[in-house]
Amino acid sequence: MDAKETYASLEKLFPGKVRDFKGDVFEPYCFVEKEAIVEICRFLRTAQSFRFEVLSDLTALDWPKEEKIQMVYHLFSYAHNHQIVLKVDLPRDNPKIATVEEQWKVANWFEREVYDLFGVIFEGHTDLRRIMLPDDWVGFPLRKDYVEQEEYDGISTQRAPLVEKLLR
Amino acid sequence: MQALLDQMIQEGAFAGVPKEVVYTIAMVLTAVVVLSAFVAPLAGVTSWLERRVWARMQSRVGPNRVGPQGILQWLADGIKNIMKEDIIPTAADQKLFPLAPYVVFMGFLCAFVVIPFGESLIVADLNIGILYLLSVTSLVVVGILMAGWASNNKWSLLGGMRSAAQIVSYEIPAGLSVLTVVFLAGTLSMQGIIKAQGWRPWDWFMFHNPFTFCAFFLFFTAALAEGNRTPFDIPEAESELVAGYVTEYSGMRFLFFFFAEWGNLYVIGAVVTTLFMGGWQVPPVTDNPVLLGILQFLTFFLKAYFWVFVAMWIRATLPRVRVDQLMGLCWKYMVPLSFICLLGTIGFMFMDTNSRRIFGAITLGFAIATIINFFRRVGFQFRSAKPEAYWKPHI
Amino acid sequence: MTDYAADTGFYAEEMTINVGPQHPSTHGVLRFVVKTDGEMINEAIPDVGYLHRSIEKIGEKVTYHGYVPYTDRADYLAAMFANQAFCMAAEKLGNTEVSRRGEFCRVIACELNRLASHLISVGTFGQDIGAMTPFVHALRERESINNLMEEICGARLTYNYIRIGGVGYDIVPSTMTKIAEFLDHFEPIVEEFNRLLSGNKIFIERLANVAVVSKEDALSYNLVGPNLRGSGIKWDIRRDIPYSVYPELDFEVPVGTAEVGSLGDSFDRFWVRIREMQESVKILRQAMTMIPKGPAISKVPRKFRPPVGEYYARVEAPRGDMGFYVVSDGSEYPYRVRIRTGSYTAMSIIDKLSKGIMVADLIALIGSLDVDAPEIDR
Repeated sequence: MDAKETYASLEKLFPGKVRDFKGDVFEPYCFVEKEAIVEICRFLRTAQSFRFEVLSDLTALDWPKEEKIQMVYHLFSYAHNHQIVLKVDLPRDNPKIATVEEQWKVANWFEREVYDLFGVIFEGHTDLRRIMLPDDWVGFPLRKDYVEQEEYDGISTQRAPLVEKLLR
Repeated sequence: MQALLDQMIQEGAFAGVPKEVVYTIAMVLTAVVVLSAFVAPLAGVTSWLERRVWARMQSRVGPNRVGPQGILQWLADGIKNIMKEDIIPTAADQKLFPLAPYVVFMGFLCAFVVIPFGESLIVADLNIGILYLLSVTSLVVVGILMAGWASNNKWSLLGGMRSAAQIVSYEIPAGLSVLTVVFLAGTLSMQGIIKAQGWRPWDWFMFHNPFTFCAFFLFFTAALAEGNRTPFDIPEAESELVAGYVTEYSGMRFLFFFFAEWGNLYVIGAVVTTLFMGGWQVPPVTDNPVLLGILQFLTFFLKAYFWVFVAMWIRATLPRVRVDQLMGLCWKYMVPLSFICLLGTIGFMFMDTNSRRIFGAITLGFAIATIINFFRRVGFQFRSAKPEAYWKPHI
Repeated sequence: MTDYAADTGFYAEEMTINVGPQHPSTHGVLRFVVKTDGEMINEAIPDVGYLHRSIEKIGEKVTYHGYVPYTDRADYLAAMFANQAFCMAAEKLGNTEVSRRGEFCRVIACELNRLASHLISVGTFGQDIGAMTPFVHALRERESINNLMEEICGARLTYNYIRIGGVGYDIVPSTMTKIAEFLDHFEPIVEEFNRLLSGNKIFIERLANVAVVSKEDALSYNLVGPNLRGSGIKWDIRRDIPYSVYPELDFEVPVGTAEVGSLGDSFDRFWVRIREMQESVKILRQAMTMIPKGPAISKVPRKFRPPVGEYYARVEAPRGDMGFYVVSDGSEYPYRVRIRTGSYTAMSIIDKLSKGIMVADLIALIGSLDVDAPEIDR
């Protein structure tokens, strides 16, 4: 089943919750309303005709101009060998979305990473801590407007220019 | 030796000094000589040998820079380690921590007192020799537990606990297999056990009957476990417990543990040789006592080193067992088997001479078949291996 | 246990130990906070991030061409695959053709790298279990591969060999002969390795039925590569989402068969890796006979500006599905590079698997999942 058919049946079953299907790109994607992400994921994972039993990837994109953070879900089915990409737009100032941990266990770590680097809050997540960075790190590095701290725990994050170092 | 001292006392060499004091001084002097001239180089050379043997098995070269073929490597290592800073962690037990290596070292060193290198080359032929040996080698477990506890490090503690459980458990099959030999020899003295055997392989206790043959393997396995050797090296399993009970040690103290380990390796070989392989027994070729002494020493030394080599070989080949498997092996298989061996040997002792001979011949035949089969397997490995790959690894 | 404590007045405490960040068998800088009851593990919480080098963020600051060397560092044991995945994504976005000889060179280099990576994996795995010799033997073979790699691309670890549009340097005939010689030499070595380690009774006893991953868990936790196949799921990106010239090559996809214990145990995962090495040798032999003449790299503009778009390129790396999700906004720099690696997901399952196993088994588990710290943290 290709992505277009997947989208068609999603549209039929969840009217108004999916929109903007783009089929003429390398990997067809559609947008999902953020309230509906859990039920759509549950449906896609369990329905026999889709069986997206694998969450290949979960990440986010930061679009400061459009004032949004875009969640990207890559769903894959080993049984049917097809894939679909779901995207969810979140407001940039208060990004919050329900977790899909119940559907795919691996989402736990993927979501922790997105929380760590983008600052997206996953509601209902069992263990929402920073994963790559220390717990007391300030800011979310993968956001486009991220400015790194001057120093962390008394260690400077700036490196003196090499020439200056030689002259010293 | 005692005779010599007595003679000297009678001649009035130590006039006015009590006999006991003379004995004590003489014993301490002997111990110092034995320790510095024999045991230390022995452990050192064993360490060098192990590294070389191991390296060749792993298609490496190994230490070959210090001295001919690197044989003085242990001296260089020793000097380096003595020069090192002596670190005692602040949180460690300040008294037990420095003491532990010496306890371990002492445990292994005391064993040398009863090891018979030749008919007259023995420090003290105690009439409870083998019992003494079993008990002093158990001192090692105290030292290891001490080290594990005093380091105040959880890895050390785990290592110490594992070691205690392991050594205490494996004492039983080891002791029982020793007992089979003791029954046959009718004595606990090391010299007595050797004298009960002959220089011919079929006079050895190893091939005496099927049960002693079995007991020999049980003893060797248990001895490996007691010496913390692979595949039973779980107390210091570096991939699991970092370094086990030696995690916090450094410098010379660290070296003492390994000194004891390598020395123990030789002790294992020596005990196996004594109990099962006829010890220093040599064919009657000469009457010259000096020449005979040298021959006996060489025979004993080489026999013992053969088993040291086997232990190294095993270490290079086998992976490590898990704790529960280790305990299961001991309690479920080795303890019952060693009991069977003991009872079997007792039954054997009640047989008449003829059936004994037959059984002895069968055992020898079986042993030879085992050895031939073993070498066939090794030969197969050699043929299907590509030796040129080892000599020319970079194609 | 609580009843026992209440009855007797003896309370047993859990012991918390740190496995890592510096530990001999964490293969890099990993940390587990392990709660144990003696030797039994109640909980092992992975703590990652010690090797985080923000490779994803760097991707937004450098050009497409300039980013290729950075991808090497994502997983330095299998650098070629990260090169390949990123270049595939960039080529798809930029609509660039790859020269056919370039594709074959990529396959040869990648499969050699797979051999090297698997050798490290099975060798260190043997060492984790306590067998020291197989490790050295495996590294000896890897050394030969490193030498070959040096001849192919001038580097031994971080190759930067695969470029957008093909490969950096052509593989010359003399190197081809050497690779063929190496393969002839390597095949019996694998068998010898099996006799030394894989067939060893102690080794099998240590791994059989330890840390069994069911099919459902493998899917839910998104295990990939040998870990997934060890659980009996026949899935290989080279075969199922074909890329490069893999469809033209003939190879098997080994899956776990519950050889000694139950399906999906540590030994199955190990055994899949061993058999994958044999398949890689097969692939290499075919690729070397099929390689056509021609340029190794096609013409690619120096200023590489792909049009707006996004692509998620997946390759079958030694640690499984390595995905590069590259988003382009039409400029010279990628808008976002996301690296999805096999070890990251493999790491997330350790928490679940480690309940009720022993400390020694945890080490076996880490080794059998073949997690690699740089790949987790990126």
